[in-house]
Amino acid sequence: MNFDFSEDQKFLKTEARRFLEANCPTSRVRKVLDDPAATWDAELWKAVAGQGWLGAAIPEEYGGLGLGRLELCVIAEELGRAVAPIPFASTVYVLAEAVMLAGSEAQKAAVLPGVAAGEVIGALATSEGPGALSATSIRATVEGGRLSGTKIPVTDGGIATHVLVLAREGGQLGLFLVDLSAAGVTRQTLSTLDPSRDAAKLVFDKVPAERLGGAGEGLALVEQVLDRAAVLLAFEQTGGADRALEMAKDYALERFAFGRAIANYQAIKHKLADMYVKNELARSNAYYGAWALNTNAPELPVAASAARIAASEAYWFGSKENIQTHGGIGFTWAVDCHLHYRRSRQLSLVAGAPRVWKDRLVSHLERRNAAA
Amino acid sequence: MDFNDTPLEAAYRQKVRTWLEANAPRSRDANDDGEGGGDLAAARSWQARKAAAGFACITWPKEWGGQSGTPIDSVIFGEEEARYPIPSNPFQIGLGMCVPTVMNFADPATKDRFGPPAIRGEEIWCQLFSEPSSGSDVAAARTRAEKTADGSGDWIINGQKVWTTGAQFSDFGIVIVRTDPNLPKHKGLTMFWVDMKDPGVDVRPIHQMSGGSGFNEVFFTDVRVKDSQRLGGVGEGWKVSLVTLMNERLAVGGATGTGWSQFLEAARDTTGSDGAPLLQESAVREKLADWYVQAEGLRHARNRTMTALSKGQTPGPESSIGKVVAATLMQDLANEAVEMLDQYGIINDPDLAPLSGGFHGSLMMAPGLRIAGGTDEILRNIIAERVLGLPGDIRLDKDVAFKDVPTGR
Repeated sequence: MNFDFSEDQKFLKTEARRFLEANCPTSRVRKVLDDPAATWDAELWKAVAGQGWLGAAIPEEYGGLGLGRLELCVIAEELGRAVAPIPFASTVYVLAEAVMLAGSEAQKAAVLPGVAAGEVIGALATSEGPGALSATSIRATVEGGRLSGTKIPVTDGGIATHVLVLAREGGQLGLFLVDLSAAGVTRQTLSTLDPSRDAAKLVFDKVPAERLGGAGEGLALVEQVLDRAAVLLAFEQTGGADRALEMAKDYALERFAFGRAIANYQAIKHKLADMYVKNELARSNAYYGAWALNTNAPELPVAASAARIAASEAYWFGSKENIQTHGGIGFTWAVDCHLHYRRSRQLSLVAGAPRVWKDRLVSHLERRNAAA
Repeated sequence: MDFNDTPLEAAYRQKVRTWLEANAPRSRDANDDGEGGGDLAAARSWQARKAAAGFACITWPKEWGGQSGTPIDSVIFGEEEARYPIPSNPFQIGLGMCVPTVMNFADPATKDRFGPPAIRGEEIWCQLFSEPSSGSDVAAARTRAEKTADGSGDWIINGQKVWTTGAQFSDFGIVIVRTDPNLPKHKGLTMFWVDMKDPGVDVRPIHQMSGGSGFNEVFFTDVRVKDSQRLGGVGEGWKVSLVTLMNERLAVGGATGTGWSQFLEAARDTTGSDGAPLLQESAVREKLADWYVQAEGLRHARNRTMTALSKGQTPGPESSIGKVVAATLMQDLANEAVEMLDQYGIINDPDLAPLSGGFHGSLMMAPGLRIAGGTDEILRNIIAERVLGLPGDIRLDKDVAFKDVPTGR
């Protein structure tokens, strides 16, 4: 048994941190946050493509580096730590993974090289309104290869080149690949809790759409894709949660009250210890998820659910208690605490809320217990 | 990252399986309450068979009588052994903490005397650290050892220890005592091994709130010990105790008992006010998911620790989160399981309650688990100070002679 990343993977992580510290300090995140017209950092996206990260897990024949998912995990953790304002998850964890999982040869050839080169940006369009995704929540339809309907919100929908759309075709749910440069697409950028990430309402009016995977397999395919994305998102969340704990610790050590650094007080120490415990639970679950993802193990649905639940909890707790530790200054726009508070909300909701994942996890466990 | 055994590990596992298949017990003593109340003879005999076959104290060096095996070997054996109804283990504290301390500090003759019988389960050891007025603050021990005036070099011990697991059936113990109350508290401590059968040693079981009596009070009245029973230098008892506690951390154990899986089954078998199984209620499902995630997080944190150990590295701080999570998890889960039964939940009669009252037992043990081996609060201090590097509390007793340290009643 070896439950750790390899030396090469750790080296990649160190390199990724160094790169992001130079190219994605929070001042860069704030440029997106503070500019009402900006929803992402296109320059950073190009630089990230130049690092080869976008194609890290894409096979070499499609222009990628042909590495495993473990390499993506260490990159994800650093992107989360840096609160990077780029559509990495939508493109790499969702679009590329879905196409690799279920795409035809032609679809792979059409999408993957573009992802690796940084020219294709992906998005996943499942939501049509408030509430969880279900078999009855989808009204968008495909008829004669043309998609019509409305999706809201679509993370990175305002900047994506390609979107995966869950829609009905002949009464069955399918997942469809849509090129957003086609006529009949209307995009409207949305105001969201995390303005450092793009989100849009997409309206489709008879837009050409080709199915990914089999007819009627849409919901199952989305679940498979989300299981894979959940592991990688968990690493982003863990990275962010660790950064929030670091910020709280650093501040507690420098802030004095009643003649001592507030880090001396047990009310603060125990709060930070609780953050640490949640982060370690998240990290340990994420590692198991990483193993399941990388080996395509049958445990993946359970491991991914656990990773997502633990990481969502850790980042939420860490980001809110980081503000609390900072006191009044933490409630200002000028201090970075709210970047993590916002991103923790974005990451918790983007692939389905924790309560949905908890329900799914228990369903998996019920089946497993029944089989045992 | 790989969960499978390496070829070497797989070969070891096969060897263990073959041996267990031929040797492991097939039923557990009905009186075994998991707190040492079972059949000691069965436990001793199982320990002796393991020792004879080279499966006891696997990680101990050969010169101590161990196997110089890897921590992974030890985990593999533990995993495989747990598949059988083995007797509860009264040797854990001795072999996990006390005897390694003796082995680190005693002279060769003492090591030869105590190592082999302990490994074979012939002699049981207990750890005499906590006192009525020093629990979390273990360095505030007041049990005294004074040198005799007769020139023999012997020491006389007087005082009281408490919460001593297994003292009622132990043959020997290691005891931390104050040898100089004029020094600050950490500097006036010394460690000895003692013979629990000495007439001045009086062991009285504590009747716990859970009903059991796994812990004891131990009174020392003019107990005479030789200077050769000293472990480490005079005044160096604190340093010696850190070695003991470090071994405690390395004794990686898996959590067992009534967990998420039993809860899931109970929730399937119990109905709510709508007549449907409670397992269908989202409030129950959310809690169950949270507990599963915590239990899995601990399991994989242990896997990370084992990986570090197997590479010859010091385990990272992730190993410090175990008990603080597990104890509260046990308490919350047991309470929810009991509340789920509604009015019937008050019944803990093993013939009537689900799982023979397993959840009720956990509920009543949980308060103790949150205290024993470091309270929730002390463990959070340890994480904050040793892992995160935050400052220690202000200490009013630090540079003061122990006899002048303020005390309560």
